[in-house]
Amino acid sequence: MALDRWIALILLGVCLIYGYTAWFTMDADLAPFMKRNPIWPSTFPKVLSILGIIACLIILLGLEKTEQKEADIDYRRLTDYHLGQALLLLGLMVAYALCLRPLGFLGSTSAFLILGSFILGERKWHIMFTVALIATLSVWYLVQEVLGIYMRPLPGFIGG
Amino acid sequence: MLEGLLIGLTTALSLQNMLMVIAGCLIGTFIGMLPGLGPMSIIAIMIPVAISMGDPSAALILLAGVYYGAIFGGSTSSILLNAPGVAGTVASSFDGYPMAQRGKAGKALTIAAIASFAGGTIGALLLMIFAPALSSVALLFHSAEYFALMVVGLSAIAAFAGTGQVAKAMIMTVLGLIMATVGEGALFNLPRFTMGVMDLQSGFGFITLAMAMFALPEALFLVLKPKNLGGDEGEIKDLRITRAEARAIAPVIGRQSLQGFFIGVLPGAGATIASFLGYAVERNIAPKHEQDEFGKGSIKGLAAPETANNAACTGSFVPLLTLGIPGSGTTAILLGALIALNVTPGPRLMLDEPQIFWAVIMSMFIGNLVLLILNLPLIPYIAKVLAVPRNYLIPFILFFTLMGAYIGQNNATELLLLVGFGICATALKFADYPLAPLLIGFILGGMMEDNFARSMQLYDGIAFIWERPMTLALLVIAAILVVLPSFRARRAKARAEGVAEGD
Repeated sequence: MALDRWIALILLGVCLIYGYTAWFTMDADLAPFMKRNPIWPSTFPKVLSILGIIACLIILLGLEKTEQKEADIDYRRLTDYHLGQALLLLGLMVAYALCLRPLGFLGSTSAFLILGSFILGERKWHIMFTVALIATLSVWYLVQEVLGIYMRPLPGFIGG
Repeated sequence: MLEGLLIGLTTALSLQNMLMVIAGCLIGTFIGMLPGLGPMSIIAIMIPVAISMGDPSAALILLAGVYYGAIFGGSTSSILLNAPGVAGTVASSFDGYPMAQRGKAGKALTIAAIASFAGGTIGALLLMIFAPALSSVALLFHSAEYFALMVVGLSAIAAFAGTGQVAKAMIMTVLGLIMATVGEGALFNLPRFTMGVMDLQSGFGFITLAMAMFALPEALFLVLKPKNLGGDEGEIKDLRITRAEARAIAPVIGRQSLQGFFIGVLPGAGATIASFLGYAVERNIAPKHEQDEFGKGSIKGLAAPETANNAACTGSFVPLLTLGIPGSGTTAILLGALIALNVTPGPRLMLDEPQIFWAVIMSMFIGNLVLLILNLPLIPYIAKVLAVPRNYLIPFILFFTLMGAYIGQNNATELLLLVGFGICATALKFADYPLAPLLIGFILGGMMEDNFARSMQLYDGIAFIWERPMTLALLVIAAILVVLPSFRARRAKARAEGVAEGD
């Protein structure tokens, strides 16, 4: 089975769970006065779940003829590409998300930019540091000082 | 009207106000380039500055400059990085980004600038002529028609899908609609599908989803399979558009200025729907060989949404200035600014304070013109973004997607959602699922459900579908739009086999 049908299968599962929630669990805790309403919070989701299930089945059963076309990246040979770099970068983004609050904006952002280009194979440390620091400081200045959106600049224990 | 025009011109052309327009355009363009900060947030940020000036005309002129600048800045990031920061520019990335990939970034930006300029200017002209009459038409649209209009917008997605892709596009649309139901609906005040997670209470963030659907998979693809971003040797070439190209996009710009403006007039429809509909309409009426170009870097496909969204932005001033009803988030903020400046927009604005009404219109012309003059020389430098070495560019794209998602919500969970959705979107992209319909469904989903619910309540059932002829007509158009592509494909196939050669 090709990847697009596997995905259709997964999405079918999502639609079924969504539909189950909409059809069977949501109406129970509806306030009595709301039951007199012509539309319930679950009305729209009910319609959507049916539409979604139909569309998933069309793909899953192959009712619509699709022509195979040359993909930009062949997912069957994923390891031929720079998969490691991509995974490392994704990991780095997760780490950034987790560190942004505790470590503060300045530290985590410059670390993110430096490590990001390091993962991609850059080794000119002096350029990496300069670029990352300038970018971090200017973005922080723009967001915090000019636009007035609060971002904790330094780690919490220093008092940022 | 001539007298009014002169009043407006004298107000708008003073030295102070000219400086305001220029400053506004520059601020708008540069901040608008940051994904995550759309016109709405930039105008909201500029309001304290504008109010402290005390002069309503000058304040409005500054804000109009910021507004147009921000829209153009938003298109820049859609075209260069495939990172649309505003819903209205999502459609610009469909063809703008492929053009940039082919090394035609300069040309794409030039077309965007010219199309925006034309859309904005023609929109302002129409505003001048039609504002009084249109306000009464806009009031004819009730929630039932809005619902139907959005169904048309979603059905137009069938136009995005190639042959044999309609079911995939439909799944993605429905998925987008499903995601829009997560969180609290405005009409029910009940959390739905949050699975008890507090952070989902307010639903998924639009920016998060936009970044996850477009920018992140694109960046990951660049990592997986390195290729030269700026075309051959990263050189920015083909800056000018040729005469033939100008002739090709001129009718598109003309049509979309009109269509975009009239969609923009309807409160709540706005630039987003205008740009998607504009794209779909142009794709459908283009000749067959040009239709295949759409989505792969067609200049028409870029000019259409750019024109339509600017014309619609101008159109959204009609209900604001004539009825005092803001049609979009941005005009709502402008309304707040006007009231703070002791101006009450409404039917009496034109009689009581004509200088403000006309100054706004003139400032639109001047804002558009200044934007064009400022931006055309800057385009080569803006396009140079793509010449930045890959090792530096990719971390920065990733960083800006993260920042965009973070600034909007100030919530670190949003960043984890971004990465999660980004991975899903990459998998979907591998399997050749179109990602744009998901985002469109998500954007329109909330509005659509609200309008549907409102009309259900007004008519106590679904009677509004056949009791309101305009609703019925729009829904019929929607049905035709869904059926048409497969019908067309079948006919083309039949003709290819030599069966249907009846006449």
